[in-house]
Amino acid sequence: MPRWGMTMTEGTVVGWLAEAGAAVAPGDELVEIETTKVVNALEATAGGVLHCRLVDPGATAPVGTLLGIIVEGGPSDAEIDAFVARFAATAAAEADDAGGTPAPQRLDVGGRTVSVLAMGSGGAVPALLVHGFGGAIDGWRFNQPALADERVVWALDLPGHGESTTDAGDGSVAALSQVVSGTLDALGIGRAHLTGHSLGGALALAMLAAAPERVASLSLIAPCGLGAEIDGGFIEAFLAAERRKAMKQALSRLFADPAAVRRQMVEDMLRQQRMDGGPEARRTIARACFPGGRQRTVLRHTLTGATVPVQVLWGRADSIVPPAHADGLPPAVAVHRVDGAGHMPHVEQAGAVNRRLLDFMRAAEPA
Amino acid sequence: MRRDPGIIVLGEDVAGGAGASGEQDAWGGAFGVTKGLLGEFGPERVRDTPITESAFVGAAAGAAMTGLRPVVELMFVDFLGVCFDQIFNQAAKFRYMFGGKAVTPMVLRTTFGAGARSASQHSQALYPLFTHIPGLKVVVPATPYDAKGLLIQAIRDDDPVIFLENKMLYDTTGEVPDRAYTVPFGEAAIAREGEDVAVVAIGAMLDRALEAAERLARDGIECAVIDPRTTSPLDEDTLIEFVEETGRLVIVDESYPRCGMAADIAAFVAEHAFDSLRAPVLKVTPPHSPVPYAPPLEAAYLPSVARIEQAVRRICGSDR
Repeated sequence: MPRWGMTMTEGTVVGWLAEAGAAVAPGDELVEIETTKVVNALEATAGGVLHCRLVDPGATAPVGTLLGIIVEGGPSDAEIDAFVARFAATAAAEADDAGGTPAPQRLDVGGRTVSVLAMGSGGAVPALLVHGFGGAIDGWRFNQPALADERVVWALDLPGHGESTTDAGDGSVAALSQVVSGTLDALGIGRAHLTGHSLGGALALAMLAAAPERVASLSLIAPCGLGAEIDGGFIEAFLAAERRKAMKQALSRLFADPAAVRRQMVEDMLRQQRMDGGPEARRTIARACFPGGRQRTVLRHTLTGATVPVQVLWGRADSIVPPAHADGLPPAVAVHRVDGAGHMPHVEQAGAVNRRLLDFMRAAEPA
Repeated sequence: MRRDPGIIVLGEDVAGGAGASGEQDAWGGAFGVTKGLLGEFGPERVRDTPITESAFVGAAAGAAMTGLRPVVELMFVDFLGVCFDQIFNQAAKFRYMFGGKAVTPMVLRTTFGAGARSASQHSQALYPLFTHIPGLKVVVPATPYDAKGLLIQAIRDDDPVIFLENKMLYDTTGEVPDRAYTVPFGEAAIAREGEDVAVVAIGAMLDRALEAAERLARDGIECAVIDPRTTSPLDEDTLIEFVEETGRLVIVDESYPRCGMAADIAAFVAEHAFDSLRAPVLKVTPPHSPVPYAPPLEAAYLPSVARIEQAVRRICGSDR
């Protein structure tokens, strides 16, 4: 049972997507898991044969539970039993070590508090994940752990979001991107792989424009900053949502499948809305970045002649920022359309997006 | 209090030691809730009162009308009887009697609940009395997160709010953000999701209902557990939504069963969602009796996890 996000302690198996005895390849969807926040498919990280399925549909199991076993090369039953015994022992030890969940830390960035969370280790160039308007660190719950095998992967809360300062300055792309680069300074990181979602994409583009030498690679997920259009109605509905029903309706516009929005996701967003200063800060950002339901800051030209590897990932069913903004980009920019995803491909199709991000970061670094 | 200089605190020993030779700010009220406020905000804003509830609750209502935001503490809800006129006829009625030209932004904090071996005059759960009165808002938090958010909301609200803290919950721990935030009135918390039975639980009954739900889940019975958080206003929409979803309702309430919250909610659901009910509504409450002092009797008096579990099994047995 994977841990998808800081607060996840258990998950419920909705149904198996692969039969016992079936051949599976890395990336195949194995089992659908429901958390209090979201339903998502767990993908195989190894190839072989799905030997057995250990948790039945409808059952709830704690994070770290062995859900099933994939075998390669026909091991004996005794070998499999030994693996299960070893797994149980190490899983218990790891749960003790971790003390549950990684904790965010607070940085001082130019006198303002910025909340950051690190995952993973390894010597490769670190990565930084920049969420979009209304998001927070926890929005990367399906991605940050999956990207953290080779490098430290950082995520931050932007001003006016999560646990960070409510002082968003003038709320502009320029002001916010300075906070992001200030966060890298505060962490002592000279150069990083940047991944930006939505408004975070525009911030990453602004950083590329300001200091290309600090950007090892740039992955833009349904980014702002590539065109003027945006669904201004969504921004308004999101800002005005004070109760569950309105918030659920607003959030469901983000997804290709509105059923992806779980009650806890709605609850978390409402809690953010009810923090003193948060709504005001987000209104400041909305006014500065999306006046009159249009994007004020278009940085498309930044990609022309960029010397840094850039990729763009976009859900085909995105109704917030038009996927057509990825048309006609310079040929050096790789564009990937994601099926079965709206504005949140890193949530709805986390496995596919994670593979793109991992491969891209690897390819951008000389071995 | 840092944000709004109009907020003052009144009550017995809320400053503690004032006027005596003892250590200042030693008490912070009978349960230590206001400890530390005197040092930061001084005796003008944190005022000890004599043991005269009728006087200091009346003073708070008057102060609120003049533009201050008093937070008045009364040790036990059981003692509110001596100042009902100040609450029922004055604070609750000012807005109405003055045609909206006066508001009464006062908060009356008090404790309630059985389980502390405090006997029948210090253990009652009297929130239905205040819920009964138009013009009052009534808050019964069950978790640390909600206690902070609801108290901030109560202080910012322009109407008189009766804020009832279950004394058995003072040692509860939970995640609470450092920053100020609010929890709106009239929005129930969904403490647990489940499609078989809706269980409504108030105050300290919430943890018991959640424990019962965990046990029942092992047998495949999934309970949604709903905490109204405020009994006035009451989140009627969420009640209807979950009754429609599950068709079965169990209400766990620590107040007396006659004219209590369980009776009120059951009547509301019978009137507005009868066609969705697949079984009669069940109430899990104490008996209609004073709270006993004898420990075994006091334990038997309160709705137990076992009784909640039993009620859910019974309500499911009718058609499964």
